[in-house]
Amino acid sequence: MSANADSHHHGPVDWPQEEHVGEITAGKLGMWIFLLSDAFSFSGLLLAYGIRRGASDMWRCSEELFNQGLCSWLERPEPELGINFTAGLTFLLICSSVSMVMSYAAVVEKDMKSAKMWLGLTILGGALFLCGQMQEYFGTFAFIFHHEGLIKEGLIFGQSNYATTFYAITAFHGMHVLTGVTYLTVMWIKMLKGHFDDGNANMIEIAGLFWHFVDLVWILVFTLIYLIPL
Amino acid sequence: MDLQPIHHEPTTFVKKYLFTTDHKVIAKQFLWAGLLFLLWGGLLAMMIRWQWAYPGEKVPVIGDLFLKESGGAITPDLYPKLFTNHGLIMIFWAITPMLIGAFGNYCIPLMIGARDMAFPLLNMLSFWVFVLSQIMVGASFFFDNGAAAAAWISYPPMSGNIGTPGHGQTMMMAAIFVTGVATIMGGINYVTTVIRFRAPGMTWMRLPLTVWGLWLTSVLNVLFVPVLGSAGLLLILDRMFGTQFFVAGANATGTGGDPILFQHLFWIFGHPEVYILILPAWGIVGDVISFFSRKPAYWYKGTVIALIAVTVLSAVVYGHHMFMTGINPLLGQSFMILTLVISIPAEVLFLNWLHTMWKGSIRLTVPMIFALGTVFVFGLGGLTGIFLGTISTDIYLHDTMYVVGHFHYTMAAATFLGTFCAIYFWFPKMFGRKMNPMLGKLHFWFSFIFITLVFGGQLVVGYAGQPRWFFDPYQYTFLQHLQDANIKTSWAAFALLFGQVFFVINFFKSMFAGEEAGDNPWEVGTLEWTIPSPPPVHNFDPIPTVYHGPHEYAHPGVLEKMGKDWLGQDEAFDGIELSASTDEKVAQGA
Ligand SMILES: [Cu+2]
Repeated sequence: MSANADSHHHGPVDWPQEEHVGEITAGKLGMWIFLLSDAFSFSGLLLAYGIRRGASDMWRCSEELFNQGLCSWLERPEPELGINFTAGLTFLLICSSVSMVMSYAAVVEKDMKSAKMWLGLTILGGALFLCGQMQEYFGTFAFIFHHEGLIKEGLIFGQSNYATTFYAITAFHGMHVLTGVTYLTVMWIKMLKGHFDDGNANMIEIAGLFWHFVDLVWILVFTLIYLIPL
Repeated sequence: MDLQPIHHEPTTFVKKYLFTTDHKVIAKQFLWAGLLFLLWGGLLAMMIRWQWAYPGEKVPVIGDLFLKESGGAITPDLYPKLFTNHGLIMIFWAITPMLIGAFGNYCIPLMIGARDMAFPLLNMLSFWVFVLSQIMVGASFFFDNGAAAAAWISYPPMSGNIGTPGHGQTMMMAAIFVTGVATIMGGINYVTTVIRFRAPGMTWMRLPLTVWGLWLTSVLNVLFVPVLGSAGLLLILDRMFGTQFFVAGANATGTGGDPILFQHLFWIFGHPEVYILILPAWGIVGDVISFFSRKPAYWYKGTVIALIAVTVLSAVVYGHHMFMTGINPLLGQSFMILTLVISIPAEVLFLNWLHTMWKGSIRLTVPMIFALGTVFVFGLGGLTGIFLGTISTDIYLHDTMYVVGHFHYTMAAATFLGTFCAIYFWFPKMFGRKMNPMLGKLHFWFSFIFITLVFGGQLVVGYAGQPRWFFDPYQYTFLQHLQDANIKTSWAAFALLFGQVFFVINFFKSMFAGEEAGDNPWEVGTLEWTIPSPPPVHNFDPIPTVYHGPHEYAHPGVLEKMGKDWLGQDEAFDGIELSASTDEKVAQGA
């Protein structure tokens, strides 16, 4: 070992390329592995939903069934899910995924003004989605939508498999959206402080991975829970 | 681009020993936490054994201390709490932190030539979340109605509000959820570190088998612990918030739920869990047998393929736990065949280990005999498992002590001996001192003989028809003649506990007064033995370059030119040029 070599051993050392994954950063790789893991927790819940729904004779106690006296333990029939409203929310989430990509692309091109705008719009999209979910559950914005929310309409957590799986899975997803909005807000503050001015978009890309995952899972949840006809 | 930084030695006590991000210190923290709960879980096991030998009689020492109300005896109310907590504590809070938490943390960066884990902060968080879950386990004993009592599998309706009322059971389910979060954090860290942080030249086919075992375990953890988390979450909702995922029959209002759904979710995780616990031990044993046979591991590539095959197969066999639950016979058949197919890669592993030893210059060091013990008891576990994987024999053996004996050979005896193999092997590196081989051998013979007898005794009484979980088996005439066998088995268990005294003495004495170990006391070639014992905070300075696999022994050319029978992974042999400057290599290569 030469004395010359010794003198610069004590600094940080770069990693070589990996033979299969190339130059992927540890953070990005870690996020992918986390998302794989998270996908399995969603699949646990969706599996429970699928098995319960597949095995049940009566999933939703509609007005018709209620009047026939088939669900005597309920005080009133259970409402349908508002597909149109939630389709709007789904569209909102997809749009926010697009704006996330736009923000990433802008950081790479060092166009920080657009990057800040697109990331801001992404956060706004996520926040509006959460507001939409509150409206759907509680009717928080009933003065706009003239809809009093599923709880007041008689969809109570715990009263039936239909109600319980709906709330458990959409709320679990909602927590992911909340996490994502918080995460992106932290990134946005970093961006405002000039953290990404050098065009290094790695952290934005990792945050984007999480956001796209939340979006993708929602499309699955929307399809399985809302769209499969009763 | 990320860089591998050099961390400075922390100066305050809190940063150095408590909230540390150094993987070597976190490894020791996991080891302490695991050893403490191993003792707790072990004492619970002794109480169960006492009950099966002398039901209703006063428990010595423990009875005086903790069971004053019942006059020192184990009550029917306490009894299910004992085996429930014994099982859960041993699996989630003793073996997992020791094999995966401690040795995963210690070995992975050192053996692949990295300066730390990929995410040191996440690593620290993982440990403290784990501690939180341990505190929750402790707390679960102090609620009305006491601790969890629905067996480790926590099947509803037993684990529901009607089967086991009170917050103890809920707290335990929450603790499992929290420790699951800690495990996933660790798993993400291990998987990423092995993929991305390997030193130059450390290709996948040059990884020590220990790292292979730990990596595959972490992959299984990352994938299947979340499923257990979902199941636990739904059970907590059932217990606390009036939902009915797993509530059926007269207990349900309305349409109700399905208790069998829990069994599916539980075993989707539960079967891989068996391999989560044993894969690290297999990896360690594979390395140690090669090291102390002074021979390259026989058919290294075959061993790796077999480990991967077991990992993949472990995900698709869970139905063999539900033959008696009532599943579609066609599904049952498929699960049976898939289960029995696992014996093929397992055989490859066994034959490779035996072949490695064949005509080797075997050194019967303490880690080596523990490795051989691990192989032996796992062999017994595997052979007895065939009869449970086959539907026709499982119908007779299901829910008997035979099942208990079988899974203790695999999940308890093999991981127990494997963990001690690891402790004896890496102790010199962790603490810079050697352990006493005489005490180590005494510890081994006590542990090995009596652990084999304890679980052998369970197999025998199970085959004779004794069901598991019975409070007092001798209330049934057809089991009364088994009391003798159970008493002998219990005394084997007490002797097993006594044998651990040799370890405790050895462990603490050697830590402070053991002989200085030096860099490489075992004369082996993996990277952790090329640096001082204990290693500096940043491990490697410079990052080594790796030239060949982990098992280069008895190479005639090396013997001739270097006068030793082993070659370090960072020693180039062609013309014996020593490790070139990493920086230059990196500059050229990457
Ligand atoms: Cu199994």
